[in-house]
Amino acid sequence: MAQTKTNTEDYLRMYAQMVRIRTFEDTANQLYLSAKMPGLTHMYSGEEAVAVGICEALTTTDRITSTHRGHGHCVAKGAAFKEMFCELLGKEEGYCRGKGGSMHIADQFNGNLGANAIVGGSMGIATGSAFTAKMQGRDDVTVCFFGDGATAQGLLYEVMNMAALWKLPVIYACENNGYSEYTATAEIAAGSITARAEAFGIEAHQVDGQDVLAVNTLTQDLVARARKGEGPFFLELMTYRYHGHHVGDINREYYRSKDEERDWKDNRDPIVKFRGWLVDQGVASEAEIEAMNAEIKQDAAEAVEYALNARYPAESEVDMHVYADIEHALAPHTA
Amino acid sequence: MREITLSQAVNEALAEEMRRDDTVFIIGEDVAEAGTPFKVLSGLVEEFGTGRVVDTPIAEPGFMGLAVGAAMTGTRPVVDLMFGDFLYLIMDQLCNQAAKTHYMSGGKMRAPLVVRTNLGATRRSAAQHSQSLHALVAHIPGLKVALPSSAYEAKGLMKTAIRDNNPVVIFEDKLMYNDKAPVPEEEFLIPFGEANIKRPGTDITLIGTSSMVQVCEKAAEILSCEGIEAEVIDPRTIVPLDEATLLASAKKTSRVIVVDEGHQSYGVTGEIASRINEKAFYHLDAPVLRMGAMDVPVPFSPALEDLTVPTPEAVAEAARRLMSGEMIHAA
Repeated sequence: MAQTKTNTEDYLRMYAQMVRIRTFEDTANQLYLSAKMPGLTHMYSGEEAVAVGICEALTTTDRITSTHRGHGHCVAKGAAFKEMFCELLGKEEGYCRGKGGSMHIADQFNGNLGANAIVGGSMGIATGSAFTAKMQGRDDVTVCFFGDGATAQGLLYEVMNMAALWKLPVIYACENNGYSEYTATAEIAAGSITARAEAFGIEAHQVDGQDVLAVNTLTQDLVARARKGEGPFFLELMTYRYHGHHVGDINREYYRSKDEERDWKDNRDPIVKFRGWLVDQGVASEAEIEAMNAEIKQDAAEAVEYALNARYPAESEVDMHVYADIEHALAPHTA
Repeated sequence: MREITLSQAVNEALAEEMRRDDTVFIIGEDVAEAGTPFKVLSGLVEEFGTGRVVDTPIAEPGFMGLAVGAAMTGTRPVVDLMFGDFLYLIMDQLCNQAAKTHYMSGGKMRAPLVVRTNLGATRRSAAQHSQSLHALVAHIPGLKVALPSSAYEAKGLMKTAIRDNNPVVIFEDKLMYNDKAPVPEEEFLIPFGEANIKRPGTDITLIGTSSMVQVCEKAAEILSCEGIEAEVIDPRTIVPLDEATLLASAKKTSRVIVVDEGHQSYGVTGEIASRINEKAFYHLDAPVLRMGAMDVPVPFSPALEDLTVPTPEAVAEAARRLMSGEMIHAA
């Protein structure tokens, strides 16, 4: 593991946040498998060190944009289980009153501008968020999460060009999990991903996305520099997606082998790695870690139970929030 | 009252709102020193600087997306889309992102931005610089759509658009930039969803949008000489649409023609005609007619281009046929 000066409390919070993401995803997967969740969802399991390593380097007023595989970012930026599960189940108390669901979950109070179901769709939003910070003379930083698949979208290059020209405080964080939906990244990405950012004069780093301390240390440095106007920056985080493209993508040997999946899980799991390091360094005992895991599991169980029993939005909500300042978009006087 | 051009009216509206609210900024291609190819924004960069009149690379999806994020985080961008035809380039950012932000977040986030762009053929600019694509965005819940028909509306609607907390697309007719109209010197806003009865009449209703308002007014003059008094109505915004004013006129005159420069099929004319049919059917003495742009790509040759858009003579002729009863059983 990379070394860092962060203190014990921060280490334990990073660990807890990674476990919270894994636990959230395991629970969400069970909801899907037991047909209790409407629609589909995209699991973040395996990539926890990326979201946590980055978001632990941010403050609440720093912002992120997320992806269709966004539960991890949402948890890492500070969201609560209860509102998240309510959203996944389409309930009134969800973060978006059940109107967004898994692929649009947003938590603006914690600076999460939202997941996005268009691959690469939030790159402009993240860059605009950084534009606001610069225009208003604030020092907050925006992190734009996207996957390797999204590097094929032209929007990325348009906004990186502008971010570099205008020195915007944005960090483009490419989570390279090796697969663009059902296709190996090597088949969709020519040349080097970091070199694409470097072509705009953007400082780019490739980092082990399974090493939370490596991710966090690097991000802390880049965030501090972005606050001083030295941005933008680009990160390529090498990681792995344990599940398929979405929860229904079960038989996937046609695009990747079970041996490969087993190798990542057995030998490069970010939580197992960090847990071992915490114990080795004497930061926490096995017993303390087990207690933490159990507490998180309990939290998730309670939240999901609450969400299952929570109310759906009233039918009258269907035409609410179409327009700001118009209560019901389809009311006769506005039609 | 003083008269100013539509171009000056837009410029004044932007300047006033930028002075009033320092979160308003303009972003687009060649908006600063160049002041756009139509010179609508001339002088603004001198007053507000390049930090608020922001020249971008030629990257419409990029600066549109940037504007969405800027709007979501506390600013009010006015996106300058040089030609309405470039709407196709920004559709994801406008329709999937901006239009849905408020709804998808359950009302917690919003994207108060304006896309200022244009429409209108007969400028000899051929198929990719002449389209009137407002129906595309009017189809998307979450967007508001304004169509100023003169300098007066261009100013009042722009100011309202900038203050609106939703994404608004405002289409100026690019052939009208130098057209003058009386515009008060004192501040005024035109609320969305309030149609304007441009000319009162009793015999037939002509509903026109944007420059088609003038086409309808000219048709009404022709008809008036023949003893037919046409009422001309400008909806001013098609989302929201002032249905009440349109229906009241339809019920009064019992005959309606809807004239709009978008392609006729699946367009604004069809939508308005349909609403009148649904809600005023038993007051009508004739089918509601649609007159849109011909369903062809806009041709370059003047000999062909002029055939594609409604003219005062064509509107007057259609009105005569409706009045004579010729089209009551028309196919």
